[in-house]
Amino acid sequence: MKKILFAVIPLLVFFGLLLLLFINLSTHSEVLPSPLIGKPVPAFEHPTLYTGELKTQEDFLGQPWLLNVFGSWCPSCQVEHPLVTALANSKQIKVVGLNWKDEPQDAKAWLQRWGDPYHEILVDYEGDTAINLGVYGAPETFLIDANGVIVHKISGVLTPQNIQEQIIPKIKEMQP
Amino acid sequence: MRPLILSLSLLLAWLFSGQAAAIDVYEFQNPEQEALYQQLTKELRCLVCQNQNLADSDAGLAKDLKDQVAEFVIAGQDAETIKQYMVERYGDFVDYDPPMNASTLFLWFSPLVVFILGAVILIYNIRKRHD
Repeated sequence: MKKILFAVIPLLVFFGLLLLLFINLSTHSEVLPSPLIGKPVPAFEHPTLYTGELKTQEDFLGQPWLLNVFGSWCPSCQVEHPLVTALANSKQIKVVGLNWKDEPQDAKAWLQRWGDPYHEILVDYEGDTAINLGVYGAPETFLIDANGVIVHKISGVLTPQNIQEQIIPKIKEMQP
Repeated sequence: MRPLILSLSLLLAWLFSGQAAAIDVYEFQNPEQEALYQQLTKELRCLVCQNQNLADSDAGLAKDLKDQVAEFVIAGQDAETIKQYMVERYGDFVDYDPPMNASTLFLWFSPLVVFILGAVILIYNIRKRHD
């Protein structure tokens, strides 16, 4: 009896491991939690896309805003663009674009083709602010409160689901 | 036989050309700085292709991060400061040598647990055999 038990244990361990790996296969995600949640937006100074006027993080104090990292080279940005547009048009929040490592003329052509819903577009040509924000792939979207503190981050595309379940409730929480 | 040798040498050439391309040119002030740069880019993870380190990655972001590391190294920053800079932005995940904290406790101690378990089973079996 004992012998059978000892023979079965490795088998059980094996199947346990198999199960663990199988579960991980479907739940594992490449999305990383951002260490910047709850911290102020890193200091930046970028020209805007159309006027070239320099803007810093202080120009956005006073009301909550959404920072959407995009590039004309990024196919997924195109996928989420209608949702960014809808969100900006709904007037629920100010939506600012961060044009990441893009040629200004490419960005302008892209916006002409797909529409420009942004309140303001900052040009991060070198990608410095993207690094300071811990961006590791476009699109990424940051929700920032009136005091300039990062409240939430979505890595990857915005979806109707993550807007409804994450962005909208957080916006409502921030309203006085 | 000849075509085989030729294809093998081509394969080797291709393998090594990848290695050569991975070395970026920075103006380090001394060999220590270069060594530090090499060490850091090996220990920092590329966030785009998450199973590669920065040194091995050709992703655009990896290039930017390597430039940043090189800039800090040339400016005389130490390894600790540079790693801290990356961890503040990208989290512990960026570091291939993760720190010990609540969320990495299992990672650090699971080998020890398995070792102790093995030892207990071993001792149990040896004692049984003696009896």
